[in-house]
Amino acid sequence: MMLLEIDNLSLNFRTRSGVVKALEDVSLSVGRGETLGVVGESGSGKSVLSFAVMGISDAAATVSQGAIRFEGLDLLKAGPSDLDELRGAEMAMIFQNPRTALNPIRPVGRQIADVLLRHAGVTRAQAQDKAVEMLARVRIPDPERRAKAYPFEMSGGMCQRVMIALALACSPKLLIADEPTTGLDVTTQAAIMDLVGELARESRMATLLITHDLGLAAERCDRIAVMHAGHVVEVAPTAELFARPRHPYTARLISTTPRPGASLAALEPIPGSLPDLRGELAPCRYSARCHLYQAECDAGPLPRQDDNGRMVACRRPA
Amino acid sequence: MPVLVSLVLRRLLGALPSIAAVVVVTFVLTRALPGDPAAYFAGPAADAQSVEEIRRKLGLDKPLPVQFLAYLGDLAQGEMGTSLITGQPVSADILARLPASVELTLCGLALALAVSLPLGVAAATRPGSWVDHMARVISTAGVSLPVFFTGLLLVYIFYYLLGWAPAPMGRLDLFASAPTTITGFYLVDSLITGQFATFRAAAAQLVLPALTLGLFALAPLTRMTRASMLGVLGSDFIRTARAGGLSRGTVLVTYALRNALLPVVTTLGMVFSFLLGANVLVEKVFAWPGIGSYAIEALVASDYAPVQGFILTMAIMYVGLNLMIDILYGLIDPRVRIEA
Repeated sequence: MMLLEIDNLSLNFRTRSGVVKALEDVSLSVGRGETLGVVGESGSGKSVLSFAVMGISDAAATVSQGAIRFEGLDLLKAGPSDLDELRGAEMAMIFQNPRTALNPIRPVGRQIADVLLRHAGVTRAQAQDKAVEMLARVRIPDPERRAKAYPFEMSGGMCQRVMIALALACSPKLLIADEPTTGLDVTTQAAIMDLVGELARESRMATLLITHDLGLAAERCDRIAVMHAGHVVEVAPTAELFARPRHPYTARLISTTPRPGASLAALEPIPGSLPDLRGELAPCRYSARCHLYQAECDAGPLPRQDDNGRMVACRRPA
Repeated sequence: MPVLVSLVLRRLLGALPSIAAVVVVTFVLTRALPGDPAAYFAGPAADAQSVEEIRRKLGLDKPLPVQFLAYLGDLAQGEMGTSLITGQPVSADILARLPASVELTLCGLALALAVSLPLGVAAATRPGSWVDHMARVISTAGVSLPVFFTGLLLVYIFYYLLGWAPAPMGRLDLFASAPTTITGFYLVDSLITGQFATFRAAAAQLVLPALTLGLFALAPLTRMTRASMLGVLGSDFIRTARAGGLSRGTVLVTYALRNALLPVVTTLGMVFSFLLGANVLVEKVFAWPGIGSYAIEALVASDYAPVQGFILTMAIMYVGLNLMIDILYGLIDPRVRIEA
């Protein structure tokens, strides 16, 4: 049994201008200790997916089908108290924009202690000590003093370290990192990702890394899932995905990523933009942008070939 | 807390020019008002000579700058002149009446807060639900019904029809005696001195006028709580708190409400200063011996000293209130502390 299994998940948003089909038939799984990357351009549904797993979706979101199982427990059918037990303890999340993701008027040590108090069965004093310990683990200098600091007194990188300390305080089995390094400078990015990777290895924690940065995913992930307009179009082990992308969107995505040695002029933008997710959609949501499109692509649901951990949702895969 | 002390001192020093301006402006304005106190007090039957006599006695025949200097001299000694109506020093009158107004306003605000905070939070957590609609109806009714109307309505229902409330005859009914004055707040004084019967009587008199004021203050407070909570509930750190599995109560109160409180505190300060001076109508309906009705009576009689004293007192209270709100800000939000 995998740690996290997402089966045929479809999720819609009710809006004033119609139903947005934000996720359709999404299936993914994450094994213990594994790092799965979820990549795709903005609006492809990466964050929606991670919020659905955490059970913190927007109130306008409804799951129309599918299941999310964590260690066999169906999160969509579990009661709210069971979910609260899991969130922050068994599975945790770090967000983009670490500055706004922390409570601006509560000392950071207190915020970590709050989570520990909720889940770890400790006293306030013990929780505070553990919070300082966590700050030290994410290599924040002078953790006792920093525990009393407020987010506005820290740099963005520091805040993201605090977020990581907060997320890992209860040693979760699954960490969802939603664009954890967006908005940080490059050196800090590397340091933060090294830290996450190291802490994950230490405790065999699985990581779901949500990013639009293909280079980052290539460096850090065991497997990568490519999302486009609410569909998972391709899943493959990292090396294979880059060596032999099978979905035309994946191939395009890779060719838009700068590489050392290649000239910048060789970078090609992906033509068109994401389709409007309201109303009727073609079976393949990439068809309007696809250079391989033919009439047969519109004929019924897309085949999903799945062999040896590789999946591609395309009628004309490479 | 040396930071706090220096903040208080700096703010008080900064308020001195405005207080000085208030002193000048009120002096000039009261003199510019139509009406002649000397004529008013001489009565309709007096002849020109006796009016002149009174005018000279009151010092009103002297040129304005001389009158102003005399006024400043009084102020420097802590005196605000003598009221012509009551014959008492204005400072004594105000000291006796201010606690009545403050006690009433504080109770009204406490009632309003006790309802508006939970109501605003409930409305913000379920926008569009029946709670939200109810909050909107209550706050619309609160602002659109004038206070003298709600006051009279409450008196009609609870005194006249049901007989639950005592007669609207001021701070105590005729048979109760006022508690020994310590703070001037009857509720507090009676508790300190252990006069529980007086406490009950004072509280009974206070309920309806406080309710009237509370209903009025409810609207801005509820609306501000709701709007502010809605904004905070949509922010990133609330999502973080939920992802941390924190309980609903912790997320709502410790994380959301504390962050939403700043604009509510601002509104509270505005409502408080507004109610304190402007609840003349409520004081009239309930025969409440507060400073609002005192100032109005003095104004009608062109009695300069109490009007000046009233405005000056309000200005000083306003400065103090704003200072308190700034300190509260600092307690709630650490970012304000740094900037201060």
